Amino acid sequence: MLAAIGAGTVEDLFEDVPAAVRTEHKPRIGKPLSEIEIRRHLGALAARNVHARHAAHFLGAGCYHHYVPAIADQTLYREEWLSSYTPYQPEISQGTLQSIFEWQTHLALLTGMEVANASLYEGATALVEALLMASRLAKGRHRAVLSKNIHPEYRDTVRTYFRNLSFEVVEVEDEKLGLAADAQTFAVAIQSPDFFGEVHDWKLAKSAAASCGAMAVGVVAEAISLALLVPPGEAGLDIACGEARSLGVPMSYGAPALGFLACRDAHKRQMPGRLAGQTVDSEGKRAFCLTLSTREQHIRREKATSNICTNQGLMALCSNVYLSIMGKAGLRETAVQCAAKATYLKKRIAAIPGFEIATAGPTFNEFAVRGPRTASETIAAMAERDILAGVPLSTWFPERGREFLVAVTEMNPRDEIDRYAAELATLS
Amino acid sequence: MKARDEPLIFERSRPGKVGYSLPPLDVPEELEIPAELRRGAIDGEAEVSEVDVARHFTRLSRMNLGIEDGLYPLGSCTMKHNPRINEEMARLPGFAGSHPYAPEGLTQGNLELMWRLERILAELTGLARVTLTPCAGAQGELAGILMIRKALEKHGDPRKYVLIPDSAHGTNPATATFAGYQVKELKSNVNGRLDLHVLEEAMTNDVAALMMTVPNTLGIFERRIREIADVVHARGGYLYGDGANFNAFVGLANPGRMGIDVMHMNLHKTFSTPHGGGGPGAGPVAVAENLVPHMPVPTIERREDGTYFLDTDRTESIGRLRSFSSQFGVLVRALSYILSYGEEIGEVAKDAVLNANYIRARLADLYHLKYDAPTMHEVVFSDKRQAEHGIHNGDIAKRLMDYGFPPPTVSFPLIVAGALMIEPTETEGKPELDAFVEAMRSIAKEAREKPEIFAGAPYSTPVRRVDEARAAKNPILRWKP
Repeated sequence: MLAAIGAGTVEDLFEDVPAAVRTEHKPRIGKPLSEIEIRRHLGALAARNVHARHAAHFLGAGCYHHYVPAIADQTLYREEWLSSYTPYQPEISQGTLQSIFEWQTHLALLTGMEVANASLYEGATALVEALLMASRLAKGRHRAVLSKNIHPEYRDTVRTYFRNLSFEVVEVEDEKLGLAADAQTFAVAIQSPDFFGEVHDWKLAKSAAASCGAMAVGVVAEAISLALLVPPGEAGLDIACGEARSLGVPMSYGAPALGFLACRDAHKRQMPGRLAGQTVDSEGKRAFCLTLSTREQHIRREKATSNICTNQGLMALCSNVYLSIMGKAGLRETAVQCAAKATYLKKRIAAIPGFEIATAGPTFNEFAVRGPRTASETIAAMAERDILAGVPLSTWFPERGREFLVAVTEMNPRDEIDRYAAELATLS
Repeated sequence: MKARDEPLIFERSRPGKVGYSLPPLDVPEELEIPAELRRGAIDGEAEVSEVDVARHFTRLSRMNLGIEDGLYPLGSCTMKHNPRINEEMARLPGFAGSHPYAPEGLTQGNLELMWRLERILAELTGLARVTLTPCAGAQGELAGILMIRKALEKHGDPRKYVLIPDSAHGTNPATATFAGYQVKELKSNVNGRLDLHVLEEAMTNDVAALMMTVPNTLGIFERRIREIADVVHARGGYLYGDGANFNAFVGLANPGRMGIDVMHMNLHKTFSTPHGGGGPGAGPVAVAENLVPHMPVPTIERREDGTYFLDTDRTESIGRLRSFSSQFGVLVRALSYILSYGEEIGEVAKDAVLNANYIRARLADLYHLKYDAPTMHEVVFSDKRQAEHGIHNGDIAKRLMDYGFPPPTVSFPLIVAGALMIEPTETEGKPELDAFVEAMRSIAKEAREKPEIFAGAPYSTPVRRVDEARAAKNPILRWKP
């Protein structure tokens, strides 16, 4: 090969790289490892975690432990999915494109919206993109009104993005949404079930937004709820966004996750991110391709709707497999099981002296509990009993030191829930 | 690849069919949700069996081309082999089943993994620290520019402009805009490089940063990178390195020594995590000491007793860019890949550069090379000679599919009209490179001798040439019941 190139050594090919920027020694990152050694090395790290398979798992707060059927993950091992590129060349990417088109359909059906995009990074950035989209639709306005019950990390992320964009973020209690929304407001956003598990009527956002001509945005962090609750689209909201990881993607310490964004047909040209569309090939046969890409950074550069380049391709595929196999009946049954099991545990906890339910309204599969000592103490004591009992609210709300969020899913059998209640009772 | 019509999963649906199984509900079916907040059935949602689903996705997969089908020459995307051990490691139950808000003491394995990956990436970049937070390269860019902005604000003025060479990726200008900056484009010179005097003129006191891809998207290394850094620094600006092309020099040279202050890496490029048909990515950002206080939260810290924790209490941070801590599952794959090479990772860059130069040498007599500076990891030809016969880069791309190869990048870089950007990566051996070269040579011959063949290409793919204009004109973005 060097002879064909006309070079003496490989080193000659690096003539443009000045000596001053070369490293003086090999990087100090250890000797190469064989597969056996890598397995040993990373296996030892993985073994230091306590995870959902060897402890009863009741953690949520935006990341839920749901069943992932075997076929979903196994599909990802096919190299045509795993190692293919973004489907810019449709003739060699019909698999990916059709799968995206199907996922867009699933999400439109679930959210009650007319269209959904090919996915976004994760829930918090999906909210950012939804708000930026709203700012383009309600042009000339500069304020977003957010419910304080939206996931605190989502709101933090919005603040980071908005700081440099001459937009203002106002965060208020739900009952003050209508007061806060004014002629300068481009979006009103609420989450349901909210961060504390309470289920809201989406009309709360709809009416506040409608009063001033802003876009109504619905945030969903637990997408399984969409199979049981009136979805944002059906309630007349303009944009739905959030986290779809519950639909077939493992927890994996939080990510890679699966952001989604869905909206009204009339607003689709202001959507960020990739979109797959249906068309035909030169023989008139149905085919799919990425479309409306004049919105995107690789065409529009500094005028793009977003700087986003990737979607969450593999996660959206995994989720498409999940949604297909669970289907109409399975999604509903999963949601019902989550809600029923949560109700069951909630009642058991409410009956324990010293513990009370701290989420006031109706809940889906998650609620806050207030205990007699700090939440961290309660959680640590439960962890010793092999129960991951909840997420302490003090992480984000220092004043709520005794409260923790408890999530229940179809993965928690009744005996596990009973054991939770029995062990918690010993801590009262 | 096989041409075959595969209906949509919704079209395979038959009422009452189920593919899932759940245990029977073992508690009373009591729900708190008021009736008016409950939805009806999800009309149109799929009703299919497991075998329906299995066949559907297997058939769909056959309409894709991946790296395991053969050389994937897509320039700027570093389509290298995704070692299978990495997939297994990310699925270890201790990793895949762990929750982001589990007590810190129960996730020490995750935290130590992230801490180690950060140290390794810091060593490879020669920079002080690395944030593992960004979801992908584009968000890494945003993190980097926001850190620069924060550092400048501390001195009273965030400044107004970001300089970006005309050869840059589209994400660079989009990122600068989202960070609140205006973009000034710098013209490359006839050699495809950045002229120092052009930079000196543009680098005024209201410029926050120069964003530069190293090597640039033409596959050319800026020989005078240190002088470029000096000019930027002399005016109080920062040098942002777009690490999309890190594969050209990883383990051999380091950005810290180049004078780069901040650089993002695309783990799905240099560090082999799967492209997955468009994600997930991960875009860690390495920063110099003076930008460390501004890293996004959370950071991974180690206590004196050897335990690790996520630090969110950092007053000078740019803030949070996402929920949870990082693209954790992607980080596991990248670390697994890096461990397999260890200190020999420089061999990756050497092989990648050797392969690109070999393709250049074998095709330069047939394809026009606009810039003849030395090639690093990728080579950018143009269709100038084929255009004489009416054949353009898009036609060459479609025709290449009939030879079984995905096309090179053709939409990019914008400064080469009719670009054919080829990046073979280190994955390929000589026989694979030769097969690709022969296909490209044969296509050049076809362009001269039977140009009429191109209009109908591709002939052998699952669908023929796709009407993209029609998709955009009348967008159909979903199936309807």
